[in-house]
Amino acid sequence: MLAADGTPLKQSLNRALRRQKLRALLLIAPLLIFVLVTFIAPIGDMLFRSVENDIVADTLPHTVAALAGWNAESGTPPEEPVYRALASDLMVAVAEKTHTQLGTRLNYEDSGFSSLLRGTGRDVDNMGEDVTKALVAVDPVWDEPATWTSLLGDPAWITAQANWAKAGDKSPEPPFVLSTAAQQSLPATSAAYGDFARVMQTVKNDSPTEKRPWNLVAVGLTEDLRTNPAAADAFGPEWQPRLAAIVAAEQAGAIPTTGFAAAFAESDKAWATARPWSVIKVFSPRFTSGYFLNAVDLKMTPEGIAPRADSERVYIMLFLRTMVLSLAITGTCILLGYPVAWLLANLQPRTANLLMILVLLPFWTSLLVRTSAWKVLLQQQGVINDLLVWSSLVADSNRLVLINNQTGTIIAMTHILLPFMILPLYSVMKTIPPSYLRAAKSLGATDWTAFWRVYFPQSIPGIGAGSILVFILAIGYYITPELVGGAKGVFISNRIAYHIGTSLNWGLAAALGSLLLIVVLVLYWVYDRIVGIDNVKLG
Amino acid sequence: MKLKSLLSATALAMLPLGGSMAFAEDLPPCDNCSDEMVLMSWGGAYQASQVAAYAEPYAKLTGVKVTWDEGSNEAIAKMRAASEAGNMTYSLVDVEGPDSQRACDEGLAEEIDFDKDLAAGADGTPASKDFGAAMINECFVPQIVFSTTFGYRTDVKEWNGKVPEDLCAIFDLETFPGMRALEKRPKKNLEWALLCDGVPKEELYTVLSSEGGVDRALAKLDTIKDQVVWWSAGAETPQLLADGEVVMGSTYNGRLFSAIVEQNQPIAMLWDWQVFDFDGWVVPKGQDEAQKNRVMHFLNFATDTQRLADQAKYISYGPARASSQPLVSKHATLGIDMAPYMPTNPANQKNYLVNNIEWWADNQDAVEVAFQNWLSK
Repeated sequence: MLAADGTPLKQSLNRALRRQKLRALLLIAPLLIFVLVTFIAPIGDMLFRSVENDIVADTLPHTVAALAGWNAESGTPPEEPVYRALASDLMVAVAEKTHTQLGTRLNYEDSGFSSLLRGTGRDVDNMGEDVTKALVAVDPVWDEPATWTSLLGDPAWITAQANWAKAGDKSPEPPFVLSTAAQQSLPATSAAYGDFARVMQTVKNDSPTEKRPWNLVAVGLTEDLRTNPAAADAFGPEWQPRLAAIVAAEQAGAIPTTGFAAAFAESDKAWATARPWSVIKVFSPRFTSGYFLNAVDLKMTPEGIAPRADSERVYIMLFLRTMVLSLAITGTCILLGYPVAWLLANLQPRTANLLMILVLLPFWTSLLVRTSAWKVLLQQQGVINDLLVWSSLVADSNRLVLINNQTGTIIAMTHILLPFMILPLYSVMKTIPPSYLRAAKSLGATDWTAFWRVYFPQSIPGIGAGSILVFILAIGYYITPELVGGAKGVFISNRIAYHIGTSLNWGLAAALGSLLLIVVLVLYWVYDRIVGIDNVKLG
Repeated sequence: MKLKSLLSATALAMLPLGGSMAFAEDLPPCDNCSDEMVLMSWGGAYQASQVAAYAEPYAKLTGVKVTWDEGSNEAIAKMRAASEAGNMTYSLVDVEGPDSQRACDEGLAEEIDFDKDLAAGADGTPASKDFGAAMINECFVPQIVFSTTFGYRTDVKEWNGKVPEDLCAIFDLETFPGMRALEKRPKKNLEWALLCDGVPKEELYTVLSSEGGVDRALAKLDTIKDQVVWWSAGAETPQLLADGEVVMGSTYNGRLFSAIVEQNQPIAMLWDWQVFDFDGWVVPKGQDEAQKNRVMHFLNFATDTQRLADQAKYISYGPARASSQPLVSKHATLGIDMAPYMPTNPANQKNYLVNNIEWWADNQDAVEVAFQNWLSK
């Protein structure tokens, strides 16, 4: 079938519809973009932190590479080159102040790692000091920073640097470049010196021509010359005697062979065991399941996934507590809200409106004010206890503990969430014609049967809507449990807030948050299967 | 103890002195400076003392608009978030000594050149010497010495006229029944628990570092765990004490001072084993130049001899500068002598601890986890 302009009718219909759809999309575009930019994107970014683990590979690149060949399950610490790699990584990390962050990160997985890295970070500067001293003893020229730049620097860089120094302007020094000769014949020296020069220029705002290089550079040089005594051939004639002197001293045994393994073990004996190394190795990939495992009280070890120590197992317990308390709150909301909603739906409009204002008034009051009011009411010297003591229901010495425990959380949250139960119930009950009840009664039903068999089934969609609202709000509640829950009445959300604000373990907070989101979605799905989301009515 | 000379100096030198007016000509000009600042502090009586002693005078002299953020108890989290977002919204952040260590260690705070960036003492002493032992790291500009100590209600019938005289009354539920308020952090609580478990002061951190040391302290805390209300803001304890919700509790000495002297509550101080600590400013990294110039200009003013002394007239914390101490005298509005309420008063410091910043910086992460897990069990 063809349209008037000769195109197939289906096609021209589609085109017209597409235009309409596009217009609709344009209309909702502001809101859609707003939600994407301010809600979905930040949440996505935050949740991504639960698997992101760049810090280990970024902070310890050499160590991670060196550990690749080490078997974490062997139970023996790795070989000397790994210790050397860690020393060079730590020198950079200490200068950039990233070793403390790494320590904090690995401390999540193995308690004590933070102090280990901080302590070793203070000592690493002195490791290999004896080699530098021996080198200076051979020839004092090695104590001059400029010696090193002219040995290892690219000729073009040396010229550029000299021009820059002459100009004396405020522009930054040209970034240091290693010469090809140095890189080829003195690889260990070049690697260490390259790191050193970069850190000096970018972090410390110093020139490598003015600072004595790290001990690692001296260690690298002696090692390069030991493995390749002919390395001096690659350099100009002025270097031949200097490097030859080192080779000679080396052969005479005047240069100590530093054991970084021994130096690390001296700094902290933990380094002489396999444990810290296996932690680094296990958590070196850029993505980790560590945070999620932690969120369900498990941890990753070289042997696989294992449960955490008893004293560290809290999250499953907190998740369960959150569920149970939220269910209890939903239950009390139904019990208290149902009669109120029924009254609202069945009274004269004028009285009902007055009652409705009473329901809505707390709804409009600040959450913090209401919670603080409960603090005043519930505390041991508070209004409720005073009344009970005054009426002799409770002895003065035996006042009820209604706050800073789970009771406090349930009471305060029931009050705060009650309107979310009453309002959907009310709007559903409003639609149930009173004539049904009258009809049931005229057919001989008792009051109870008329209610239970006729009225109640029709109000179930309201209960469903109210319960789902209250339960989902309760499960993620934070401020009220924090203020009235004490130590035992807090939810998983309080723990998430703690990790965001105080412990700064954002990865774990993101993992716990993701789990909470998944739990809510699963519950929603289960609810849909059992009750059916179509049966939920908000009015 | 390096701090000791500083502490006794404060106590001895409580002479009355007037003249705290600041004049515009005292202030050097500020070139290329922004005209706004966001200061983060602790809120409450402490922030009020900062406003009265130097923020308001500075704003008057320069016309700079000062905005306050009361977020210091989450200062590091907020600075880290702002730093990661690449938009440092805070100009100056008030933190406790250990937090400054953390900010400095993580590269979140600028390093300060004391003699170049800060004013010399009124007597001409260079700033680095004037601050002395209070300079705990290169990022931290100290303002005050404060202590964390205990307050108790003076009208508890169940105590039969007995009054807590030493720290271990906290753990004595038989003689002193009733709820206690303790901070929801391991620091100080662990030290106190060990002291009352028979560990001498000199061995505290050896024991805490040893295997099972932290567990030993937690086991001692276990004996009173169900009688404790845990606080996270310093203002909670005075409130709980005033309401009669707790019979004793730890908090910062200045908060108790406000409750006792300014609000006349039936509360008394228990100074035994108070823990000294410093509080001061750090300058967050990542500010633009005009903002940083403004902050350094303000910092120079706000931490000079007179301004630090002025602050002590509003709250009973000792100024961190040696040269400020002779200027501290009477309360600004009540006119009472501040000496008996100063943590540094000799009568108040028979037994005391000084916060071991190095140990806590090294072990904070591990101990905090153990403590929080213990708490939620």
